[in-house]
Amino acid sequence: MIKVYTSTVIDAPADAVWTRIRDFNGLAGWTPFVAESRIEGGQPADKIGCVRNFRLKDGGLIREQLLSLSDYDYQCSYSILESPMGVENYIATLKLTPVTDGNRTFAEWWAEFDCAPEREGQLAHDIGQGVFQSAFDSLKSLLRR
Amino acid sequence: MIRVTRSAIIDAPIERVWAVLRDFNSHAAWHPAVAQSAIENDEPSDQVGCVRSFSLRDGNQIREQLLALSDAEHVSTYCILDATLPMRRYVATLQLKRVTDGERTFWHWQSTFDVPKGREREFTDLVGKGVYEGGFEGLRTFLRRRPGAPLVRATGGPALATQGIVATRFGGADVLEMRPLEVRPPGPGEVRVRHTAIGVNYIDVYVRKGQYRLIEPPAPLGMEAAGEVLEVGDGVGHLLPGDRIAYACAPPGAYVGVRTVAADQVVVLPDHVDDETAAALMLKGMTAEYLLHRTHRLRAGETVLVHAAAGGVGLLLCQWAKALGARVIGTTSSDDKARSARASGCDFVIVGRDYRFAQAVHDVTSGRGADVIYDGLGVQAARENLDALAPCGHWVSYGQASGPLERLSIDSLSEKSATFSRPVLFHHTADRTVLTAMADRVFDALRSGILRPDIRHRYALGAAAQAHRDLESRTTSGPLILLP
Repeated sequence: MIKVYTSTVIDAPADAVWTRIRDFNGLAGWTPFVAESRIEGGQPADKIGCVRNFRLKDGGLIREQLLSLSDYDYQCSYSILESPMGVENYIATLKLTPVTDGNRTFAEWWAEFDCAPEREGQLAHDIGQGVFQSAFDSLKSLLRR
Repeated sequence: MIRVTRSAIIDAPIERVWAVLRDFNSHAAWHPAVAQSAIENDEPSDQVGCVRSFSLRDGNQIREQLLALSDAEHVSTYCILDATLPMRRYVATLQLKRVTDGERTFWHWQSTFDVPKGREREFTDLVGKGVYEGGFEGLRTFLRRRPGAPLVRATGGPALATQGIVATRFGGADVLEMRPLEVRPPGPGEVRVRHTAIGVNYIDVYVRKGQYRLIEPPAPLGMEAAGEVLEVGDGVGHLLPGDRIAYACAPPGAYVGVRTVAADQVVVLPDHVDDETAAALMLKGMTAEYLLHRTHRLRAGETVLVHAAAGGVGLLLCQWAKALGARVIGTTSSDDKARSARASGCDFVIVGRDYRFAQAVHDVTSGRGADVIYDGLGVQAARENLDALAPCGHWVSYGQASGPLERLSIDSLSEKSATFSRPVLFHHTADRTVLTAMADRVFDALRSGILRPDIRHRYALGAAAQAHRDLESRTTSGPLILLP
């Protein structure tokens, strides 16, 4: 089991950031790598257990299931059901915390998963930098005040 | 019940911020509202359950107890036991988190408590603004140390001019010359430091002679120094400008006023270790540390033979070995030095300049010999060392003052079922985790009085040649330092 942790400071109030993030079907609107996304079975995107089925711009297909969503804690977590990444037992959590000094947001995104030992370093980098950090960067430029 | 939450971003790495905040008694140094503070009953300030008793600048008195402390989670939880303020059931939690894109830290501070009816607003402001927001600003100022100094790094900048002692070629002490030098700004993973004291070690003599080919002349000598960080390069998380630091590492180059050095070899000095002590002790103290705790794990009751027992490393070995419960036999070259060795815990001292000591060791051990020999003498003492060793003893060769050991016959070890080690400090300190553990153990031994360095030989940096002559003449006792 390895853990990847990425965090950043977003120069926008937590409510504004959360509006973007809590939409489990909204990845195409704020990440640079998702081409299109839908929720399977026509379920609401904030129904716990719903599955988002999305296609990456490089063509890869990923299915992820919403495990928890808390408007009170600004936090959601999800697991990967299918992906081309070669990971197992993948659970990720995204959490926001208000920074009262400056009315900004501290954003954390971490994942735990299993994979072949020789791929740990590459996957940790791909997920930490290629997915989480690049999504944060794109969110920061969208929400720039 | 009132709940107050405040949070902020501090422009410094989490290690930096946590090093201050985990100390439950540090707030008097950085919080502007705190006048003075002490931990009751002399308990350590990171002991869960300890109580800090402090006064605020407005005259109020508060006692708070540490309820939980986690270095893994960077969390500190504490409560008020009693106060001259009407606050009840106050429990606060302070947590740090790493901001991974940039060397910044998220600081979350939250508490719940009760106050008399009608005074909720007053105390929400007092805690939220006066204590928490005031604390954020206070810590930022504290970390800045000096007005205008950057919080995290100052990469780039011009080359600085300094002076240093250069070996102009391999040879005697007369090859050493003071020369002007240029010091480049720190690159990634480096820091530029201003030295305040520089240690002189026998390895510097070996390097000067060309016996250890660690330099190509002309090049400056020196393996250890203490001083202050001037600038920090990219990717350095544990140091800031203004930090008091010390290091002991290759490559040579410490006999200079200003130097750029690998940051992962540099440790921050605790307040109780002054610069001269650090310069005198980093290399020699960490050498003693690995010799006694790593190369051979010295146990109480063992008999140890320390050669050059009044030398820089020798005195430390005697002091530390004695504190570990060993029986300590030393060799020295004069009666004066024998007195120093005895004062450092040597139970029996063999005085002489002829490298004959095996018989004396057997005489004081009822013929058994020494369980471990710490040998900085080299070739002249080789045969006697084997003779002085107890059965299954451990001969540790860490220096060669009389010349390099000739080829050691492995079969000769079978005379005693002996173990032979030829350890080198820099293999131990290459791993930063090990380096900091070694340095911490040395600093702890200093604090507890186990190590008592007595610096009697101070030279101006320009007099380095004289320091070398004195060291090689075997007339010095204890550490030598250069002052730039």
